[in-house]
Amino acid sequence: MYAALWRMLPGPTVVRAATLLVILALVVLVLFTVVFPWATQFVPGQEVSVD
Amino acid sequence: MLTLGAVLLLFVVYLLWWTGVETNAAQSRLAGDLGRAVATAPSPPKATGGDASPRGVDPPPPVPATGAPYLDLTIPRLGTDWHWVVVQGVGLPQLALGPGHYPGTVGPGEVGNFAVAGHRSGHGEPFAHLDQMKAGDLVRLSFGSRSWTYRVDKNFITDPSDVGVIDPVPGQPAATPTRRLLTLTTCDPRWGNARRLIVVATLVEGR
Repeated sequence: MYAALWRMLPGPTVVRAATLLVILALVVLVLFTVVFPWATQFVPGQEVSVD
Repeated sequence: MLTLGAVLLLFVVYLLWWTGVETNAAQSRLAGDLGRAVATAPSPPKATGGDASPRGVDPPPPVPATGAPYLDLTIPRLGTDWHWVVVQGVGLPQLALGPGHYPGTVGPGEVGNFAVAGHRSGHGEPFAHLDQMKAGDLVRLSFGSRSWTYRVDKNFITDPSDVGVIDPVPGQPAATPTRRLLTLTTCDPRWGNARRLIVVATLVEGR
């Protein structure tokens, strides 16, 4: 999967590595701002009130 | 598998650390909002002796909207710099901002039970070390120049369904309250939610 991604990226090694870093940063950003906040509701052990 | 592991690891980092960063940012904003609320609040009526408060208990601030700041909470036992803005509401969106006041319970200093819930892990974990509270410890609430000091009576573990702990008279839903109580609730064990840790305190009257 990652080998295929590496082959798809254009340019010399340095450019590919830089592109990968940007992609990685974007993925982490989306995870932290969208996916994780959404997933938090399914994490048990957060209830601290009596009801 | 490697990707899944990395994402799960990141999620743990998010839960334990990033939620705290977000909560701290929210607290900074709430502290500013609370300062403005204090500045614009109608000046409190003089504490009257009419409701069994002969030594003068400061009147409570207006009850804020859900998610809005209510008052400041300090607990010396939890650290000299332990200070949180309490928001109104105990839903998870409110508790992500800081400790939350149970809607329907009385305001600070009033006869009845001022109840607050807070996270013990993640989201800044305000109540992480609530189990260290001992009888006699002080819990201070303040709204501008108004303040209310409570002294801890006891702490104990109970079931999540034990809603009686936030009754005006704990455990007696129909009883008419005469005491001015404060109740803090959080989860127990710290990283679980099987039970609830409860701290009960009584207002120290007079200033």
